[in-house]
Formats: sequence, structure tokens, C-alpha cells
Amino acid sequence: MSLDVINLEGTEDTPKIILDKNNGIFEISGRSLPEDAADFYKPVLEWLEEYSKQANEETNFIFKLEYFNTASSKLILDILSKLEKINGTTITWYYHEDDEDMEEAGTEFSELVEVPFEFKSY
Amino acid sequence: MKYIYELHKTMLDRSLILVYEGEFTQEITKSVLAMAERNMDAIGEDASIKRKVFNVMVECLQNIVKHSDEVDDDLYRGKNSAIFMVGKQEDMYVISSGNPVSNDKVAILHEKIERINNLDKDGLKALYKDIIKTGDISPKGGAGLGFIDMARKSGQKLQFDFEPINNRISFFSLKTIVPRTKESGKDD
Repeated sequence: MSLDVINLEGTEDTPKIILDKNNGIFEISGRSLPEDAADFYKPVLEWLEEYSKQANEETNFIFKLEYFNTASSKLILDILSKLEKINGTTITWYYHEDDEDMEEAGTEFSELVEVPFEFKSY
Repeated sequence: MKYIYELHKTMLDRSLILVYEGEFTQEITKSVLAMAERNMDAIGEDASIKRKVFNVMVECLQNIVKHSDEVDDDLYRGKNSAIFMVGKQEDMYVISSGNPVSNDKVAILHEKIERINNLDKDGLKALYKDIIKTGDISPKGGAGLGFIDMARKSGQKLQFDFEPINNRISFFSLKTIVPRTKESGKDD
């Protein structure tokens, strides 16, 4: 089964999401404060479940979030837990250079899952 | 007509830059956030303080949205009215909200916030990690992390109060302060 590309434009309360196996692009960026985070991220989790059965040799998943609410943080952990089971996964966690809270949030996630994290400020 | 002046005066006295009273939805949340953001942009507020205020506002507003259908009292005749305010003073932002809750929720909320207020920075971090790891998203879409996050991001105790309305419901007031002075060096 081939995996369709997920390409969602960001809005004022939902992030931009690109999941593209063929081009090796996996990215969530922007703001995440949807009314129903579980519902919003359901397709992403389903996509990753399918991807895990046919994953690329390397998967570099990029998080470049400006803001996320607590409900989204739970779903981000669910995404990371899925990625944890995929061999060759690395996470790149971007944070704005003066955003200590976003840097700390990334550090906390990195302590909760067994996936290599790389931190980059912008 | 005096109430207009009275309300105006109260808002000035309390340095309120934004007050919303009514029903709360995600659409309203977005509008209120956009207004507060524009206001902070207009005065060139420091980016990290802006982010903290935004953060506390989101958790506060979404709390109200999620729990707004829980109170069904004649007093409100099906309208689940709540209030949300942002005050801006010389040295702090004050984000406050008030909404009716059923009396059987009072003790639970009280205990939950007291527990958070009794924790220091590391204690809050530990509780956050514990809940995010083991907790499930509630049927209402909450992760059970809102109050903890408000305390962490603001670095302040959450102030709260319950005003009894009748034998079924009470008015729950919550106030969070975000200091406008930047943290002078982190302690870790």
C-alpha cells in the first residue's frame, strides 16, 4: 500500500504538517491549539502507524513549533512514541533563540522517549 | 445609564485592557487571543512575556470552553456565561477568569489547584511529566495539564476563589499573574 502525502497548511490554531515518505520530509510547524487535539492529530498518528510498516532507512522528523497548548503536548508525545518504534528516526527540535520554554519543552520530550534529539535555535 | 460609566471606571481602575463576558467557543478564543496579541504588539511587548501571556490565556480560555456545558442551572437559563479579563499594569499582566461550576466540583478543583500551588519549579515539572506519560485525553479533550502549565509558564501561584451562588452552583474565579520584568538569569 502506498502512503499518500499529508500536506496541511497552517492556520491560526493548527500547525502546518508535511508527511512525505518519498521526499523524506516529515515536519510539524507553527501553532497548535486546536479545539480537539486528539481529533486533529488522528490522521497523523494513523499515517505514522502505516509508515512504520514501510519506513525509510532514515527518518528525520522536524518539530518547529511556535506555540502548542497542553492538549497538543499530549498528542506530540503520542507522535514521538510512534516514532520511537521506527528504526533510524531522529528528531530535530527547533526553538526560537529567546524561547526558553520551547527549548525546555523539547528537552522534556527528549527525556520521555528513546529517540535521538537534535536541538536547533533560529 | 450609570452602569456604563461604572463599568468603564472599574476597567480603568483595574487597568483592564480586555474583558469578554458571554459564551465561550473556540472561535471566541481565537478572537480574544488575536485582540490581546495585537494589543501587546502595539506597545512592543517583549516576545518572551508575550508568549507567556498568550500561553496562560490559551489554557484559561480552553478550560472554560471545555467545561462550559457542565453547569445547567436555571439561573443561567441554558446560557453558560463566563467572564475573561486581561489587565496590564506597570510590572505585570493579570489574566483572570470566572465561571459557574457545580458545587460537587468545588472540593476537587480546590484540591487540584492547592496541590499545584504547593509545588516548586521542579515539583511542577515532575508532575507535568508524570501526567503527560500516564494520563489520557479526557472525553472533553483536556490533557489534565492546564493548571500546571499556567503555574509553570507564569512562575507564580494560581490565585482562586469560590463564591457560592446557590445550593447547586458556585462562581469559580481564577487569577494568574505574568510578571513583566524578565527573569534575571535562570536558576538552573
